[in-house]
Amino acid sequence: MSEPSTTIIPSTPQPTKSAWFGYAAAVVLQVFLGAAVFAADDELRTVTVADPYLEMHTGPGRGYPVFHVVDRGESVDVVMQRTDWYLVRTDNGKEGWVDREQMELTLQPDGEQFSFERASIEDFTNARWETGILAGDFGGANIISLYGSYSMNPNISFELWGSQILGNFSNGWMANANVVHEAWPEWRISPFFTLGTGYIHTEPKSTIVQGEDRSDQIGHVGGGFRIYATRRFLLRAEYKSYVVFTSRDENEEVEEWKVGFAFFF
Amino acid sequence: MESRFRVLFLIVAMISLSGCAATKNLFGFDSREETSPTAEPPGQVIDPEVERREVKEPAIDREDFEVGAFAGIMSIEDFGSDLSYGLRLAYHITEGFFVETTAGYSRAGKTSFEILSGGAELISDSERDLYYYNLNLGYNILPGEVFLGEGRAYNTSLYLIAGLGSTTFAGDDRFTVNFGAGYRFLLTDSVALHLDFRDHLFDIDLLGEEKTAHNLEGHLGITVFF
Repeated sequence: MSEPSTTIIPSTPQPTKSAWFGYAAAVVLQVFLGAAVFAADDELRTVTVADPYLEMHTGPGRGYPVFHVVDRGESVDVVMQRTDWYLVRTDNGKEGWVDREQMELTLQPDGEQFSFERASIEDFTNARWETGILAGDFGGANIISLYGSYSMNPNISFELWGSQILGNFSNGWMANANVVHEAWPEWRISPFFTLGTGYIHTEPKSTIVQGEDRSDQIGHVGGGFRIYATRRFLLRAEYKSYVVFTSRDENEEVEEWKVGFAFFF
Repeated sequence: MESRFRVLFLIVAMISLSGCAATKNLFGFDSREETSPTAEPPGQVIDPEVERREVKEPAIDREDFEVGAFAGIMSIEDFGSDLSYGLRLAYHITEGFFVETTAGYSRAGKTSFEILSGGAELISDSERDLYYYNLNLGYNILPGEVFLGEGRAYNTSLYLIAGLGSTTFAGDDRFTVNFGAGYRFLLTDSVALHLDFRDHLFDIDLLGEEKTAHNLEGHLGITVFF
């Protein structure tokens, strides 16, 4: 190996990162305290068993054994819901998990059937909010993106994207705002067209080139597919063509391919 | 090749735009038909005055999110093993699948080269700080129960995770793939203990040649569902 000093990379102190961790810890602490406050609020929904019996499982998932049954006519309190399972408490204090199919057959105090929200392909078309994670290739570099979307109607939605670009020669960040049009939003595999603008910041790697950090405006056009998977889950694949409006004489063009998953709510 | 993509792309764009022109509900001018309330049937004479019991049902507490912290040991390839700690946020989509994000910190020690050479440092002090974040998909592959003595049963789950992220280490942000397995032990229905083992893979060329570094991490954590 050559002189060790040649491999020393100029350091940049990053005090902000530890500060970020501090903020994150504060947020978590608040969530913990918030949870304690919620626990104090003890008003629960009561339902009456209308099926011959209600089976209580020991856990919220496949395979957990039935350890108790509640007979028709008896009532139970619904303590909480996790995914498709409901934690119920009987009059004598037994707690167990009941699946959605059985909960559907219970009655509320007004005699109506137990109702709950269940995500379906209709929500895939009509849901207002959506968030997801995609990863792929951005002009030869790796890209990881997080996005949030708001739908004005089934056809038109607005999105905000934040991406981290990790390449061999440079790293960077990118933020984008774009509008998405879906011509057939009710299709299970729904094609979309998108147009947007944003901002890109690139930092060439100090080990390879002595370049300067650059921040440029970008515009993009693209298309792809939203594919309904199950429940509130969808897959997404897309292609975007970016134009980077550089301060040099020529603009740069970058092609991007990404796949990932998202869920709507 | 590139021009072929453009032609293909233009065709797709034209098709979707033609759909756009045809659609009436652009920008919220929605054509959702509202069914007008039908007039009372002519034969009805008696208006039944039944007082409907208006019951406002309390909302059911949904506990699909899981948040918590962890601490353990991370072995940074060539740089020794050190304490690591971080935060975790997860969302349970179904009883099997969940998405998870973790952010962690560890600090690299010295390579054997640095120790033997006596003072020559490969990276500066601040570059020894290692920060990572990951976005993962997880699956509860072996859910089950464990029994402590005769009277206590706890729900547990062995899960697998895999995902992508970035690691800031030795003066660079590095694209990171991570995968691993974990064990969730539910103390109550809302509080869980975790034991996790993960491998973080990223490319590094600090020691002369580019290689994929395996950075193993084992940690214990506690999470709360909300």
